[in-house]
Amino acid sequence: MTQVSPLLFLILVPLVASAFIFVGSSARRTALIASLVNLVFVLALFAVFQTGDASYQFVSSTPVIPSLGIALTLGADGLSLIMLLLTALVTVAAVAVARTPDKNAGWFYASLLFISAGGLGAFASIDLFFFYMFHELALIPTFLLIGIWGSGDRQAAAWKATIYLALGSFVLLLGLIGLYLIQPEGSRTFDLRSVISMAGLGVLGDGTWVYLLLLLGFGILVSLFPFHTWAPQAYASAPPPAAMLHAGVLKKFGLYGLIRIASPILPEAVTQFANLLLILLVGNLLYVGYVTISQRKLDWMLGYSSVMHMGYIFLGFAALNVFSITGASLLLFAHGLSIAALFALSGELRERTGTLDLAEFGGLAKPMPFFGLLFGFASFAAIGLPGFVGFPGELLVFFGAFAGGEPLMDSVNGVEIFALNNFQIATVCAVWGVVISAIYMLRAYRRIFFGPVSDRWKGLPEISGVPRVAIVTLLVVMLVTGFFPNLLIRLLASTSLWL
Amino acid sequence: MNTLIAPWIILFTPLAAAAVILFVGRHSKPLSAGLAIGSAAVGCLLSWWLFLQPDPEEVLRFPWIAIGDSWLQMNLSIPIGVTVDHLSKLMLVVVTTIATLVFTYSIGYMKTEEGYWRYFAGLSLFLFSMLGIVLADNFVMMFIFWELVGLSSYILIGHYFRKDSAADACKQAFIVNRVGDFGFLLGILFLWAATGTLMFGDLTSGKGIALFAANPIYLTVACLLIFCGTVGKSAQMPLHVWLPNSMEGPTPVSSLLHAATMVAAGVYLLARIFPILEAAPHALDVIAWIGGITCFAAALMATQQNDIKRILAYSTISQLGYMVLGMASASSADVSMFHLFTHAFFKCLLFLCAGSVIVGMHHEQDIWKMGALKNKMPVTFLIMCIGGLALSGCPFFSGYYSKDLIIAWAVVKYPLLGWLSVATAGLTAFYTVRLLTVVFLGKPRGDQAKHAVESPLVMLVPLACLALPSFIAGYPFIEKLFFHVEEPTAVPHLLHPVLLFLFAVGVVSAFLLYRNAEKDPIFIPLFANRLYIDNLYDWLVKNIQGRGAAVLSWADRWIVDLFIVQIPSKIVWGSGFVLRFFQIGNIQAYAFFFGLGVIGLVHFLIFR
Repeated sequence: MTQVSPLLFLILVPLVASAFIFVGSSARRTALIASLVNLVFVLALFAVFQTGDASYQFVSSTPVIPSLGIALTLGADGLSLIMLLLTALVTVAAVAVARTPDKNAGWFYASLLFISAGGLGAFASIDLFFFYMFHELALIPTFLLIGIWGSGDRQAAAWKATIYLALGSFVLLLGLIGLYLIQPEGSRTFDLRSVISMAGLGVLGDGTWVYLLLLLGFGILVSLFPFHTWAPQAYASAPPPAAMLHAGVLKKFGLYGLIRIASPILPEAVTQFANLLLILLVGNLLYVGYVTISQRKLDWMLGYSSVMHMGYIFLGFAALNVFSITGASLLLFAHGLSIAALFALSGELRERTGTLDLAEFGGLAKPMPFFGLLFGFASFAAIGLPGFVGFPGELLVFFGAFAGGEPLMDSVNGVEIFALNNFQIATVCAVWGVVISAIYMLRAYRRIFFGPVSDRWKGLPEISGVPRVAIVTLLVVMLVTGFFPNLLIRLLASTSLWL
Repeated sequence: MNTLIAPWIILFTPLAAAAVILFVGRHSKPLSAGLAIGSAAVGCLLSWWLFLQPDPEEVLRFPWIAIGDSWLQMNLSIPIGVTVDHLSKLMLVVVTTIATLVFTYSIGYMKTEEGYWRYFAGLSLFLFSMLGIVLADNFVMMFIFWELVGLSSYILIGHYFRKDSAADACKQAFIVNRVGDFGFLLGILFLWAATGTLMFGDLTSGKGIALFAANPIYLTVACLLIFCGTVGKSAQMPLHVWLPNSMEGPTPVSSLLHAATMVAAGVYLLARIFPILEAAPHALDVIAWIGGITCFAAALMATQQNDIKRILAYSTISQLGYMVLGMASASSADVSMFHLFTHAFFKCLLFLCAGSVIVGMHHEQDIWKMGALKNKMPVTFLIMCIGGLALSGCPFFSGYYSKDLIIAWAVVKYPLLGWLSVATAGLTAFYTVRLLTVVFLGKPRGDQAKHAVESPLVMLVPLACLALPSFIAGYPFIEKLFFHVEEPTAVPHLLHPVLLFLFAVGVVSAFLLYRNAEKDPIFIPLFANRLYIDNLYDWLVKNIQGRGAAVLSWADRWIVDLFIVQIPSKIVWGSGFVLRFFQIGNIQAYAFFFGLGVIGLVHFLIFR
């Protein structure tokens, strides 16, 4: 194809900006400009996107290894577009709140830009090979950011995350290769659209084991219980922009992949192993939820809370219907923004106080009322308060999951019974998760911002300047999409997910 | 103006006011107060106008979530729309009228307090949320505003956030309400799964109910789950603990939210779904028991409290218990709505009077430090007596008509609970007169009581405005205007004489006991400690939730992490190969290894 997709520019902008940084351009300014350019670019794509059209748009394809069916195929439908917007927004915010390190500032900002490019590339790829490669491209700088510019026991954290995510990626790679191998010989390809149409024709081989590999691989990347312990530690040690980009954007890659690949191609396998996934995701919601309650440090608590919230999205995926997957997609967006805002704020807090130990705080709303207001907004957004986009997301997941599985039986042998199927039981657990998240968020908020203020914190400076604008932007986007969720739902309705 | 647009103006004016106050309010106190009061007054005028119009034929409705999929045969459409019927119009009138008066009163009460703009922004947000509940035409919309009411309550209870007690109270209120909302949301899911609709109109019509006929157990469970929302918001047992603690907020907030309007939302919800409840008699039994027990137990607790606002808070819980009991026993929702209506006026009045006393006493709330205030604050005393008599069911005062009606229905349908509620009526008279006697009669018990002063006019005028409806709101001519209630048939003849007798016993015994008391002559630890329910919850949260979570946290770090991460990673560590690069922190090395990995991958794919 001769046409060049505008999505390619989207991926190239951060890479080119990194090159500029290496040849001596001012690192912070270049990174900020590049991320803003990308944000404007994504918004322009929204403007020209045809909502009624269910196929991929802005498609271009460049064969790379034709014999293997690998091509750099880019394209976007409604779901990809939403993820691209998320990536662009979080990148702007991450660069905006980043504190320029004393040494290797160029490498620091270049790493952030590489993560952004990797995320954008993964969400814009239709070719599964590049989908995978772009994610790998984003992981490496994440390890670097944690290992070099992190805090606390950063090397152990980086090491643990590396082993974990490398393992997840490896299993995922096996799964993708498996997906390649179950295609009939001669027409094997990595093009997602072709694989989906083959699945529709029923020419694929048995995909059960492929699904299990994908679930394990993606599951590790998304911190599915019990493969989650790397996440809180990594986020606690990571510099705030890295935590924002990973928890906000990169971690969504796994769920995005499951929704993108497993639900249209391997729906039977998803249904077959639904009970397994339900048990694990209830582990995310309840077990990790209670672990979150007992955290004594804000960064660990936020890390665990992000693990817990993945449970809702997994539930949306597992139920595999139009409501639940729409809800899961909204939550990908909502959680990405809210956790990015929270990590940004906790980074600002550490910058001011030198600690994130909840027991040391108290009454900070007095010296920093606007900071407290922003943190309050972000907390309530995270716990799914109506008005923020997380609420319609959670709501749709609940509706979809409650309607999932086999319908209720009204009577057995003429005797009326009352029973819930496994999806409905998981939904009950998920709704209880809403209470759990209120407990830990409000407890942290109360300890940090309410109560008498000690002399130690009386002179704390208010949040201002570029970070303030960036965080307000994240919150405004969550509010606008929360008031008008149909803006996003309309896009999702016309994705190729339901074909 | 037409009936199509008026409800939307009523709904969104307060939100606009809240937003403007949030942005510019901190610069000007009069602007903050003016915007809030103005928006409430606009809502009040329009509500009365709307009340006098016939029910509109059609209403505006906007899609909020619309997912349709013809191929999968699944549709979900959740609109934001309004219901304009008798019930919602009545509630609009009550909410906006009382809100306007309380907002005005707040000018005086909050004059010297910090966070003036924050306070008025919170009040406006509350009004918006409450009106949303009233006007909602479907369950999800009601749930949205239900949660927003919880948020505004959180903001307002936590107004004095630097006080530890207020900070804890607002957190507790939000979380306890969320526990109720857990059930509420599940109930919504149950109803939707069975009927495929969320609209009140569809569900409460015969068609919606008929869908449940196949499985009455399912319907009962669904109704009880929805009732959990009421238990949380209307502070029924066992989720009542947040309401007394919410008294940490400024007194006008207690008056408007935690006595007159917000806590009535749960009762309003029951009224909205009354036809569904009627089809689930077993659910009604449970509701009746919860209401009846709450009504009696809260009255017992009220007799032994010493904080002026907490006495009123327990009284509120008790009265809400009456309303819930009434919903379960009467033939029409109007019976409880009638009590909600009169209670809104007199309880709001009582709280505003308490606020006047507290301001006069320089923010002292312990009734045993007051005394003889009738000489210092005669207007407050007189008006509070009207409120107190209405509350305790004195003949010819509003509460007498509405409460006795509920009791009559309860005695007919649930005799045991009915007579319990009769006994509660005597307790109500007792604790009300105890409050009035200790605060206003006897001798001053401290310096503050000696130097108390009457409140300014901006506080007294709203009091006077509320005194009139507190007195007459129960009279038949008003009842006929707003409600269609009827007496149950076959009421025991003894009922009314017994009620009058208990009223007299309560009044006289409290007066005699407390007339000259220096400290409380009765001490019943069980009641004074609120039946130890709060202690039980504290224990559960600390020991079960806290320790359980700590154990899980330990397990997560030392078991899950150990087996799934540490041991595999130790094995790789052992090689010590990659470790060096982390210690050096050599970026080029990482880049090199990344490149190596990519090459290896491509190699694997091509030459496998």
